[in-house]
Formats: sequence, structure tokens, C-alpha cells
Amino acid sequence: MTDLAATDPLPKPKRDIAPILLPIALALVTIPLIGSPSTWLTLTAASLAMGMMIFIMASGLTLVFGLMDVLNFGHGAFIAVGAYIATLVFAPFAASVQADSLWVNLAALAPAALLSMAVSGALGLVVERVLILPVYGQHLKQILMTTGGLIVAEQTLYALWGPQIIPMPLPTSLRGSFIFGDVAIAKYRVLATLIGLAVFIAIQLVLNRTKLGLLIRAGVENREMVEALGYRIRRLFLGVFMTGSALAGLGGVMWALYREQVHASMSDELTVLIFVVVIIGGLGSIGGCFIGAILVAMVANYGGFLVPKLALVSNILLMVAILMWRPRGLYAVTSR
Amino acid sequence: MTDLLKLSGVHTHIGRYHILQGIDLAVPQGQVTMLLGRNGAGKTTTLRTIMGLWPASAGEITLGGERIEGRATPDIAQRGVGYVPESMAVFSDLTVKENLVLAARDGPMDDKQLEWIFGYFPALRRFWLSRAGSLSGGQKQMLSIARAIIEPRKLLLIDEPTKGLAPAIVMALIECLKEIKRKGATILLVEQNFFAARELGDNVLVMDNGTIVHRGEMAALASDVPLQERLLGLSLEAHQ
Repeated sequence: MTDLAATDPLPKPKRDIAPILLPIALALVTIPLIGSPSTWLTLTAASLAMGMMIFIMASGLTLVFGLMDVLNFGHGAFIAVGAYIATLVFAPFAASVQADSLWVNLAALAPAALLSMAVSGALGLVVERVLILPVYGQHLKQILMTTGGLIVAEQTLYALWGPQIIPMPLPTSLRGSFIFGDVAIAKYRVLATLIGLAVFIAIQLVLNRTKLGLLIRAGVENREMVEALGYRIRRLFLGVFMTGSALAGLGGVMWALYREQVHASMSDELTVLIFVVVIIGGLGSIGGCFIGAILVAMVANYGGFLVPKLALVSNILLMVAILMWRPRGLYAVTSR
Repeated sequence: MTDLLKLSGVHTHIGRYHILQGIDLAVPQGQVTMLLGRNGAGKTTTLRTIMGLWPASAGEITLGGERIEGRATPDIAQRGVGYVPESMAVFSDLTVKENLVLAARDGPMDDKQLEWIFGYFPALRRFWLSRAGSLSGGQKQMLSIARAIIEPRKLLLIDEPTKGLAPAIVMALIECLKEIKRKGATILLVEQNFFAARELGDNVLVMDNGTIVHRGEMAALASDVPLQERLLGLSLEAHQ
């Protein structure tokens, strides 16, 4: 029997580390520009925390894009809903939030985050069934439906909670900073970074160590073939959509605590950042989304410090630069 | 011989194009039925319509007596239909192993079946943990076929498995498909390579302009050079 070219040399798969080196290079390049090491460290820690929060909010969206080619412009609604739900939990737990003990604070924070995720996930179920299902494969209608959904969600929040900004103070033990010599790193930023890393590791484990993860990765690449193998990708997509919505809700709680306030259109400032992250990361790529989120946050923080006038457009410039280098994003996993 | 798959008056439209224009065909159980025809005749569309990837706009498709037209692709696959597309469609970001793990839908892979596959496609064992995207075209084709046969299937739909492959690999693929046939598989095989068709086919269907223009035994077509020239615009002698 012919050996079927088994002896042919297989090109060694290249480990594409250039995107990983990008944020490291950016961080190193800015050291002399910023001048003060302590300022640089503070800005870097802020970038990591902000990047992790954006990653949490964007990770679901990138899978939704990659898996089902759905343009969900209403993703921000889950962020705002998550934040508002947290305020509901925080109100009765005000004493726990203001207690000096970290564990008591976390005991109030955890149910707020979990309930926010549950409600955002459930809202995701409704949105997918009612708004997305009828417009699969029709991008223009998806944009119209999801943008309309976002407006309805924001107005509903205004109607229920009023137009005023709701304060959302950080729990007492998460206030202040860790001081290392001249360097001050906000405690909450450390927590946000740890939560972001935990979410990233959890997603990577699911995607790489479980059959469900294999299905998601395969579906992002070729959903038709996944169906031809006998798997119902619509159900899989619904699960991913709900998970992405729940993560957006978690991100909303974290962002609200970061800003210490909640308002119905709080996602407006984030939506552009999230879409930039999803696009530069490569549609459907969690790794690309992770690196993209850190890059976006670095550019926002370093850029805001070094060239404040460019802060508003810095992320668009970043996106243009990345897409000129890699037109399908840092890690292209779909042909789109 | 019972017909496992039957298409009666099947039409398929893709956008404003009317591709299949009333297909009637039968695939007998345990036999290899070749679907031949020039490019654009509608062969791939026929397989995709059976698989539910493009919906039939009219007509009936039955599998083992059960109507399947209008069913979703996963439903059809779960009824025991394996599909090897022309593009191979291996999941390039996944390893060889992961591709096969996904294909073994009903549980862990059968070790005996896996060993049998490795016997024909040793490259798959060698590159077991390599990303499928880094395989050569022939190796991807092996993986694509292995994915379709890792679990028992009632019916295999295979679209041009020899396309673009080196002659040595084509020969090995033919040997493998012959062995699958000996094991009693029912196969509907689209092929442009007449040599492969002659080696594998029990029956033959020839398509043109979205209709079946000839049906019969493969051996009869292989021995009738004028008929080959009329139907396919070739003769086996010319091909050899």
C-alpha cells in the first residue's frame, strides 16, 4: 500500500508570537517617553486593568461575530443592564459594601456580579430569540435590529431608574492603592486584572480542553462543516451568545465600580473600544481579543498621558495600523 | 437490491439560478454509485441538497424510506450520512486528533476503527497532534475521509476526493475507498477522474445541466467508448 506521503516533511507550524510581543514592545518603547518609572508603572497597571475589563466585555462579542457572523451592535445593553442589576444588590448590602473587611466586601460583590451575569445572560437569550434569529445572514438588518434593541434597552433603564447618574462606590477595602516606593497601584485595578486573567484562562481551558470548546473553535472556522458532522450549531451559538451577554454583564459591574457610577448610556463610551478590540484581535479569536484589549488600553493610557490631544482618535489610529499590518486582525481564525 | 437513497423530481435554486432541474436518482444499499458530469453540471449541488446544505425547492429525498428533504443538516447527519466536501473542509486550527474527536459524535473514537484508518492513512498517526492546517492537500483529504468514516455511517457522500492530488495518493485513496466498499458501505461518489470512477463504481449516473442524462452500470460505460465521448466528452483511452 502506498504510504500516502506520510514521509513527506510537514512544515513546522510556526508559533505566531509577533502579536504577543506587540504590547510588550509598546510598553518598553514608552518607558523613555514617559520618563518617570513610577508613572510608567502606574499607567501600565491601569492599562492592564482597563484592558482586562474590556476583554471581559468583548470576549463574547468576538465569538458571536466569529461563530455566526452576527453583528451585534446592541452588546452594550448587556453592560448597562449588568451594572444596574448590581446597584439593586448593593443597596440592601450597603453595610457589607462599607465594611472594612475585604471578605465582607467580596461577599457583597460576588452575588452582585453573579446576579448581573444571570440577568444579562437571560436577556441575551431573549435578544437572540427575538431580535437575532429572524435576521441571520442579513448584516444590515442585524445592525438595525440590534441598534434598535440597544436604544430600547437604554430607554427602558431610563424609565425604570430615572435619568440621573447612580453612584456606585467601591467597597471600602478596594479603595486606595498599594504603595511600592513611588509607585501607587490602585487596589481595585489589581482585582480587575486578576478577574480578567481568570476569565481569560477559563475561556482558554474551555476552548482547548473540552469538546464544547472544540465545537466552538471549529464552528468559528467552518460552521457548515460542523453542522454536516451532526451538531446543531444554532444551539451552540445560543449558548455562546448567552455566555457572551453574561460576561458583558460582569464587565458592566466591573466598569461601573471602576467609574464609581452607573448610567443608562454608560456603554456608549465602551462600544467603540469593544468593536476596535474585536476587529484588531481577529473575528472569533479569544487570544487576539485578549491582546487587542491590552493594546487598546495601553494606547488609551499612554496616549492620554503623552499626547492628550490624540486620545480621542488614538484607538482608531491603532486599528488602522494593525489592519494595515494584518488585514484580518492579529489572529485570523475566520476567512472574514 | 434495496435503494438506500432516492431522489424524485428534486429541484434546487440558488438565488435566481435554477441548478437542479428535476433530479431522479437511486443509490442502492451496499454499492458505490458514481455521479459524473462536466463542471457545472450540478454534481456538488446534488450532494449539498441531499445533505440539506442547500434546500431542495421541490421534490422528494428519502433515506431508508424516510423523507429527509427540508430537514436540517445536523438531522440528516445524525441519520447516518457522512459528507466529504470537495473543499475537504478540515478544521485547520484544530489538530488531526481534534478533527477526529469532533467527527466521533456519539462518544469516544473506536480504537479498532482508528487503527484501520491508520493502516490506510499512516500520515494521520504521524501528525496526530499537528494542526490540520499544516497538512499537505493529500493529507487533508485523508483526514476529511477519515472524519467521515470514524463512525459507522449508512451513507457516504464524497465529492471529488482525488481532485488535485498526486497520482500515488490517488491510488492509495482508491484502495481505501475499495476497502470501505468491501465492508458494505453505501457511497454516492462525485468524481471527475474516470479511472477512479471505473475502479470504484458499481453504478453510474451522468449529469448535465442539472438533470440526469444517463444511468446504468459503471462497467458498461467503461467499456463503451463512444458513449463516454458523447456523455463526458472523453474516452478512457484518451484519459489514459
